[in-house]
Amino acid sequence: MLPELGQFALILALLLAGVQAFFGIAGPMLGRDRWIAVVSPAVAGQAVMVATAVGCLIASFVGNDFSVSYVAGNSNSALPLFYRVTALWGAHEGSLLLWILLLAGWTVAVAVGSARLPPRFAARVLGVLGVVSFGFLLFTLATSNPFLRLDPAMPDGRDLNPILQDPALAIHPPILYTGYVGFAVAFAFACAAMLEGRLDQTWARWTRPWTTAAWSFLTCGIALGSFWAYYELGWGGFWFWDPVENASFMPWLVGTALVHSLAVTEKRGLFKSWTLLLAILAFSLSMLGTFLVRSGVLVSVHSFAADPARGIFILAFLVIMIGGALTLYAWRAPLLKSSAGFDLGARESFLLFNNVLLITAATTVFAGTMAPLISDALGLGTVSVGPPYFNPTFLLSMLPLTALLSVGIHANWKRGRLKDSQRLLLITLVAAALIACGLVFGIYEHGHVLTPVGALLGVWILLSSFVEPIQRWLQGVRVPRGMLGMTIAHSGLGILVIALTTVQSFTREHDVALAPGGSTTLGSYQFRFDGVAPIEGPNYDGVGANVTVTRAGAPVAVLTPQKRQYWVQHQLTTETSIRMNHGNNILVALGEDLGAGRWSVRIQIRPLVSFIWLAALIMAIGGAVAASDRRYRTSRVTEAAVPGVTVGNSA
Amino acid sequence: MRTRGKSLTMHLAATAMLATLLTVQAWAVDTTELPDPRLQARYLALTHELRCMQCQNETLADSPVDLAADLRREVRDLLLQGKSDDEVRAWMVSRYGDFILFRPRFSARTAWLWLAPGVALLIGLGVCWRIVRARGALVDADTDPVGEDAQPQAKDAHG
Repeated sequence: MLPELGQFALILALLLAGVQAFFGIAGPMLGRDRWIAVVSPAVAGQAVMVATAVGCLIASFVGNDFSVSYVAGNSNSALPLFYRVTALWGAHEGSLLLWILLLAGWTVAVAVGSARLPPRFAARVLGVLGVVSFGFLLFTLATSNPFLRLDPAMPDGRDLNPILQDPALAIHPPILYTGYVGFAVAFAFACAAMLEGRLDQTWARWTRPWTTAAWSFLTCGIALGSFWAYYELGWGGFWFWDPVENASFMPWLVGTALVHSLAVTEKRGLFKSWTLLLAILAFSLSMLGTFLVRSGVLVSVHSFAADPARGIFILAFLVIMIGGALTLYAWRAPLLKSSAGFDLGARESFLLFNNVLLITAATTVFAGTMAPLISDALGLGTVSVGPPYFNPTFLLSMLPLTALLSVGIHANWKRGRLKDSQRLLLITLVAAALIACGLVFGIYEHGHVLTPVGALLGVWILLSSFVEPIQRWLQGVRVPRGMLGMTIAHSGLGILVIALTTVQSFTREHDVALAPGGSTTLGSYQFRFDGVAPIEGPNYDGVGANVTVTRAGAPVAVLTPQKRQYWVQHQLTTETSIRMNHGNNILVALGEDLGAGRWSVRIQIRPLVSFIWLAALIMAIGGAVAASDRRYRTSRVTEAAVPGVTVGNSA
Repeated sequence: MRTRGKSLTMHLAATAMLATLLTVQAWAVDTTELPDPRLQARYLALTHELRCMQCQNETLADSPVDLAADLRREVRDLLLQGKSDDEVRAWMVSRYGDFILFRPRFSARTAWLWLAPGVALLIGLGVCWRIVRARGALVDADTDPVGEDAQPQAKDAHG
């Protein structure tokens, strides 16, 4: 009964999304205020219906209803309750439902938060969000229905993929998707501005907090995924340039460009059409990321062909959404002119460089990720693209980006000369060089050419980001939240660059075969293998080892890596054991049983690797602080009352 | 809804196949030791830039499947025979094709991939140069106040 109720709720949600889309867009166009009044109730109704559908599916999971094929495919009666709930987004159908739920959540937030916006503009934003929601709901109902029944029901489920049975990965998709879906709001604001034919600095001020909030969530989501890959998947790597990772990284890069471009649009009324294009691009890549990852196209072109209905729907939907937005753009962008000027050394220039470099980086990632598909499709033969391609090509844009950040951060708007900030630049640069040398040559002894460069750039960013707030503080001028957030986020980036440099330069790794009682040395640590013992969990069994770590005779930790065999899917997983010591992450993982009690063991010491995720968290917090700036929430009714005039000539 | 059972079974099968592709979990721990540390370093570098032919996005070094173990042994033997890194790569490509290289060789077929970042950067810089020049000429004519301090709503920002 519950699955049918869920499906019925989804159908109602689809209808309400249609209502929201039609009246939200047609109402302002025809100037009918009574149509506009329908939009908000439709938003609320749709949210209730979507929540009901999600509730029904969760209830089916919790109640082990294996007559629902999605539940049967992704859960099991032995699965712990927490994972039975998170199994909701364990595969394609449920992920889409989660996407729709989050979109409904953002839409409600926009509807509530847009009380200060001109009603017609707000209706257009909600209307565009309705179109997006309608498309996703239709896709779900037509090709990826999570409520389909099995007849006969399965006696027990096929279990949730064991690698998804992990706390970090359980919460990774909702946070990542919140970021993805958040860019739908920026997209909707962009489309609404184009429909209205009016884009000014006020528009940028409305759009900025939503975009920054979405960016923060996406940053968190990517960091969580990376953290999970580090301890659960990758045996100690934190980024693999895997297509799945890249799919989330591309919208992040474009979203970061958008956040900066919006700053220029708000402050100077410049880069308007570019900002619109970035908003369209960021959301397009978000949708692409969702679809590509979950539909499996990235794994193989052939999985796309295995389900042509889905593939064609996805293509059609993307073409309609992106194509529609770009058509609108081609029509409206020429109207967006600005007569503002700026110097080469002004902040506008540096933000322009920032955008160009971020888009170059996104292009690089896109080319590398899509190359196997493109090459295959064009008959150029099969090709593999991995870290040896991404690492150097990515640095091509990242090195100048990080170097220019420290310069640009001190530049003034409009009339900027390097001379104005010469002294500051020199002081921070020299200080950064000293600290970086101390770090590279004092604490760690070896490294490659890029090590001092990376350390210098990272420390320079860190120092530079604090200059302006400290200056203001010394002068007794209040530091607004927007600037505080920027400072926090940039300092996070500085820490990230430093951590990436030390991890890439000073990681020590050793794969070794050890018999019980055997020991090995890596860096300044000694590792003694104390043998393995059987373990058993709720839905798996396996072996666990004890590895005693000492440093100069003093005990550091007892690490307990495991190898698990999950019963239902007969899948082996590796549970690494990690301990942080003096900034180093010591990781031990169990390899294979080599017979006679001997095991192959991976031992790895990564300095400052935890700071990578900490840095990402700091960046996300920076975004959250910036998004909460009061100037975004102050009423703009005086300006908002006017646009009736422009609405007239746009319709 | 039950009429869709057949396509559903197919779909479940496809998903299951996909899941196994995505989740090769037991990664290899490769305890191979070569006599010379320099050789060992080259061995590790090579096994990290050659891909496992049966897995999704895994290097030879990390892959647990038998074929990868065989190829690792092959890399070791070739290095012990005194072959250069390029000779090892060529040997691998001659048997398994370009697909085995995680660092695509620069050729007519892969030129676009290797050139894409540089070309994107050059185009971007070209656009930058044009914009900065055009905007630089407008500075003197632009009398709009700049920055939040100059804006009328500055009071909001500083509250």
